[in-house]
Amino acid sequence: MAIVIKAKKTLSLSDFKELWASKELLYFFTWRDLKIRYKQTMIGVLWALFQPFITMVIFTIFFGMFGKIPSDNIPYPVFVYSGLLLWQLFSASLLQASNSLVGQQNLLTKVYFPRLILPISSIFSNLVDFAVASLILIGLMVYYGFVPHLVGLLLLPILVIITCVFSLGLGFFLSSLNVKYRDIKYILPFFVQLLLFVTPVIYSPSILGTWSWVLALNPMTGVIKAARAALFGLQPINWFLLFLSAAVSVVLLVLGYIYFKKTERYFADLI
Amino acid sequence: MNNDMHKAGAPVKPIIEVRGISKSYSITHSNERYVSLRDSIMNVVRAPFRFLKQKARVAIGRSSNDVFWALKNVNTSINAGEIVGVIGANGAGKSTFLKVLNRITEPTSGEVVVRGKISSLLEVGTGFHPELTGRENIFFNGAILGMTRKEIAQKFDAIVAFAEMQQFLDTPVKRYSSGMNVRLAFSVAVHMEPDILLIDEVLAVGDAAFQKKCLEKIHEVAKRDKRTILFVSHNLDAVQSLCERTLLFEKGEITTEGETQHVIKTYLNRQATAVQQATVVLPALPEKPFQITQVMIRNVQGAPETTIEAGQPFSVEVTYETRIERAGFLIILQCINEYGSTVFFVRDTDVNTELITHRTRGVHTSTFTFPAGSHISLNTGRYTITARIDSDPASEVVLPITISDTLKRFNHFPGSILVGDAWKNSENEHRREK
Repeated sequence: MAIVIKAKKTLSLSDFKELWASKELLYFFTWRDLKIRYKQTMIGVLWALFQPFITMVIFTIFFGMFGKIPSDNIPYPVFVYSGLLLWQLFSASLLQASNSLVGQQNLLTKVYFPRLILPISSIFSNLVDFAVASLILIGLMVYYGFVPHLVGLLLLPILVIITCVFSLGLGFFLSSLNVKYRDIKYILPFFVQLLLFVTPVIYSPSILGTWSWVLALNPMTGVIKAARAALFGLQPINWFLLFLSAAVSVVLLVLGYIYFKKTERYFADLI
Repeated sequence: MNNDMHKAGAPVKPIIEVRGISKSYSITHSNERYVSLRDSIMNVVRAPFRFLKQKARVAIGRSSNDVFWALKNVNTSINAGEIVGVIGANGAGKSTFLKVLNRITEPTSGEVVVRGKISSLLEVGTGFHPELTGRENIFFNGAILGMTRKEIAQKFDAIVAFAEMQQFLDTPVKRYSSGMNVRLAFSVAVHMEPDILLIDEVLAVGDAAFQKKCLEKIHEVAKRDKRTILFVSHNLDAVQSLCERTLLFEKGEITTEGETQHVIKTYLNRQATAVQQATVVLPALPEKPFQITQVMIRNVQGAPETTIEAGQPFSVEVTYETRIERAGFLIILQCINEYGSTVFFVRDTDVNTELITHRTRGVHTSTFTFPAGSHISLNTGRYTITARIDSDPASEVVLPITISDTLKRFNHFPGSILVGDAWKNSENEHRREK
């Protein structure tokens, strides 16, 4: 098992093999992430439930009750929560992945392991949060009497995968950019917050009328729309829009991966 | 088991073969490490032509960027079971060399062939997260170093026993002392049983007893299991006692390599001739929370001097700047003789223990006085005094001193110290009766 250390090519098949061989380390990074996150908050794992729940309550009061924002005939709490759930998966994964390299400077400059593991584990630990927060959605759906049909249930995992692919693609790109440009850390939360308002989370895309196609540029639009269609069955699933979301996400993942690999060799020198 | 087969099958091939590796950094890069996106964009907007010109130059390969070679055509090979020391002044390329071997940074040119599993002993708590308990950190650290969950579970008890911290297993690591941290880190690294273990300057911390235990363990591991060890250290004593062979790095190249005693002597001689002034002033590094800014040796009259009369006290004055409030660190002075053995080792917190945790912001001076007198003195010869901050091996400042007995106060005998007027002769009295 001789290893040859020399200047590497940007893309090679052996990187994937190595990544696969390090899946146990991926598990450990995810596990550590969760442990730390839940240890540092007083109420621990309840935080994963509490945070989206309170957001849902506030949004329901202000946008639903007082703002009277149309929600496609779906009760506003369950409407906004279904959107929030996926949105949080996306935004939290993206923010964490973008800071994952800079946040682990110590390790990057001292130990060798496939660097890709860092942004990837950020996605996995947020998936756990997502799973916990989904319990509230199930509760809300039971309360409002919605029963998803079979196609809908089968579609949900695919939607989650698209969301992860999208955040991972952007995460690969932004995390490596963050190594060089440290102000990404401050700029990004602002843009993610803005992005919430150009994603149909708190409103239905129908309120934009003929302009609703603009939202389709954002992959999360297709995902959230499809999720609502699948869960509540009040609208047909827009397969074209969903395909577009998936395609954009995959392209971003490939580009993000290439950029990450291209800059990877300088991480330890720059960070 | 796997590895044994390897060794049996390929008995002549060295375990590490370094073939002409070089590593360059562009100076512009290393000067402004953290650029902000805002500044980069503003530079393009403000001076678009300069930006384009620069890009064009780089594109045709005529960039005016200065290049710094951290490693220049380094060649060596290391056989299985060898313990090899790596020494050299700060910035000579030792750490870069280890980083290349450890695949943290890749060489600009050349290649290294490594025939075995390589692992490094992490710096104090590098892989540790302060919020996690000792138990959790052992698992995580083991995983980073390449162990599987099963392997860690198997070796868990041995790791804990070696680190001697059974009762602190479920305490968050943030409550550990730095000594406990090293103990745990060392224990995890040693138990992961790599074919090649890289040790970079980690044993500087931790108490003497544990350091000794670590050195013994390294020795044992290397001898019993035929493991290969690369040991980078400023502690020439440790290098001497551990390594048969040593590589000396100077300005990115291996200039001397061979039997340890010989290499250390070469190194100390060169160092002593390179710096002959009694004062070293260091440039301010504002990004460091604390640093040594000046080190000076004064003779008994208070004048800066590197040649000290035997039997007379001399002082080492360390001026340092603290840029954060309530900083906790130690200033260490170490005196090494020309054979590489430590003659004395002192910390500025030995007397003023409150300095361990509280140092106010500002510039301070700590002065150490060697209490030589007509009774005792360092033996004549050449020594080096190194001053450093415990947690920052790169902070090391080296000054030479020469002890000479021009006044012929002592009898000249071998040994580290000279002793004068120590004999007393008296006739035994008769026991008095009550």
